[in-house]
Amino acid sequence: MVTLQLPLPTMNNRIFSHFNPKPASCLCRVRNRSRAFPSNKYGIFASWTAADAVFGGKEGTTTTTTKEEERLLPSELQPELMPKHVAVIMDGNVRWARQRNLPSSFGHQAGVKALRDLVDVCCKWEIRVLTVFAFSTENWLRPKLEVGMLMNLFEMVLKEDLENLMRQDVRISVIGDSKKLPKSLQKLKTKVEDTTRNNSGLQLIIAVNYSGQYDIVEACKSIAEKTKDGMIQPNDITEAVIEQELETNCTKFPHPDLLIRTSGEQRISNFLLWQLAYTELAFVKSLWPDFGKADFVDVLCSFQQRQRRYGGRDS
Amino acid sequence: MAQELEMENSNEGTLQRLFQRLVAMMSGFLQWLFFTVLSVGPIPNHIAFIMDGNRRYAKSQKLGPGAGHKAGFSSLISILESCYKIGVKYVTVYAFSIDNFKRDPIEVQSIMDLMLEKIDELLKEESIVSSHGIRINFFGNLELLSEPVRMAVAKAMVETAKNTNVVLSVCVAYTSTNEIVHAVQESCREKIAQALLNSKFNCEMRDFERGYNTLSKVDCSITLEDLERHMYLAECPDPDLLIRTSGETRLSNFLLWQTTFCYLHVLDALWPEVSPWWLGWVILHYQRAKPYIDKRMKVL
Repeated sequence: MVTLQLPLPTMNNRIFSHFNPKPASCLCRVRNRSRAFPSNKYGIFASWTAADAVFGGKEGTTTTTTKEEERLLPSELQPELMPKHVAVIMDGNVRWARQRNLPSSFGHQAGVKALRDLVDVCCKWEIRVLTVFAFSTENWLRPKLEVGMLMNLFEMVLKEDLENLMRQDVRISVIGDSKKLPKSLQKLKTKVEDTTRNNSGLQLIIAVNYSGQYDIVEACKSIAEKTKDGMIQPNDITEAVIEQELETNCTKFPHPDLLIRTSGEQRISNFLLWQLAYTELAFVKSLWPDFGKADFVDVLCSFQQRQRRYGGRDS
Repeated sequence: MAQELEMENSNEGTLQRLFQRLVAMMSGFLQWLFFTVLSVGPIPNHIAFIMDGNRRYAKSQKLGPGAGHKAGFSSLISILESCYKIGVKYVTVYAFSIDNFKRDPIEVQSIMDLMLEKIDELLKEESIVSSHGIRINFFGNLELLSEPVRMAVAKAMVETAKNTNVVLSVCVAYTSTNEIVHAVQESCREKIAQALLNSKFNCEMRDFERGYNTLSKVDCSITLEDLERHMYLAECPDPDLLIRTSGETRLSNFLLWQTTFCYLHVLDALWPEVSPWWLGWVILHYQRAKPYIDKRMKVL
């Protein structure tokens, strides 16, 4: 059977994110979330929403739920099929800001809030590892002002959230080439990693100045040194040897089960290449600051319906 | 009376055949028109396919074992033909993964037998390979294949080496991680050999051992270019577009290194169901996404 797609894809037309038939409530939420931002007649609403997203919600606008209710998985999700490791390419902050006629910094700050919410949800739903692509090696080519702002934002978030993350028992690991980062951020990174090293809850891996090809090349350099020193012969280099040298050796679950990329772009963009060999990919139309719990539930619904065969066959 | 009936049936058959020919001609014309319109926009130079869904197709059509893969091969020829017409220069297909050896040995053997049969067909004078000047490469850990298949594969590569219009790369006994391991091994061997060569020429014989011991001081660091040079697909540019059929949304250890910035597209259709129309449709999506991809790549 052949599935037709519309001649002129609309914002709602999913392409690489494969949403199998699932409860209608999930589907409706996705369609509503992936709709383009309202037109200018809702400009005032737009500004309020932006401020709200950056600085927190208004009082009385959220329903109160008990901690137990928040921890429970939604009924659509099965606990035994939850992914152990979720990776996210947090794309769309600048476009989000532009849509609201705001500077890009607002977009990144809104993105931080979305990340905080996701970390919160992952902690509650006992996902073991969450890897986020915060800054790629290619992002250095962005305007210097934006890059500087991002470095400051990383520092500010790591400082401000450390206490909260300790309370949530989150372990932080930062992967990527830290030598190019500002010295203060390098020191803070080491401090945060050391402080949270013994935490046993969610492991939050933040990829900063990271590229998948760089990760593999660095692993290979390390292996080449070992072959030069006679510690290993070229014939003994296997996939396991390379895996041990990759930056994701900081976790027991280095291979993401699920990769989510927001903003509708359908590319890996040099993120975790080796580790994504058998990862289920989900490309979501929502921009990162708009990606909320409901979108996450929809993606997880879709993930849980997929058959992962790893090259083999079903029995 | 019987004769009249026979004539009537024969006329009906002729009409039916004429009608079918007319439909085929119309379809061919519309397809040509579609591809001509497509060619106004950017055409991907290199398309990679994960040809998924052959067995599910056979099951859905209630066909015998192996029939799904045969149908899949027909689909490949049709897509190859369309790529040639549209102007795609490189086509890479994921024919058989190293992980697929885990499958039922009977299924694996039937796929290998099919490969032998189809390689023979493709090397004939009247095949699409000759008429369209298609060069065929086989990439992967070919040592894992049986000798008859290895020899057939080598023969195909030699006999089509002079073709230049389209390059078809068939990934068989392939996984991307295996390809990277191979590239690392070759890079390490190359560095060690270079270092030894330098040491040997710089020392006299009696100082050779001392020269050998200076190996540790020689720079053996591997670069990105070293790895890329030793990848199986080193001679092909990176894919612009990767299409996976059957609705699965994963790369399954295919071209992980090469699809860094590639546009990924999934079709729900099973591989044997994919027609040139689907290919054109995906290229339209690619053309829609290309301006943004180019904008991002310009920054690089």
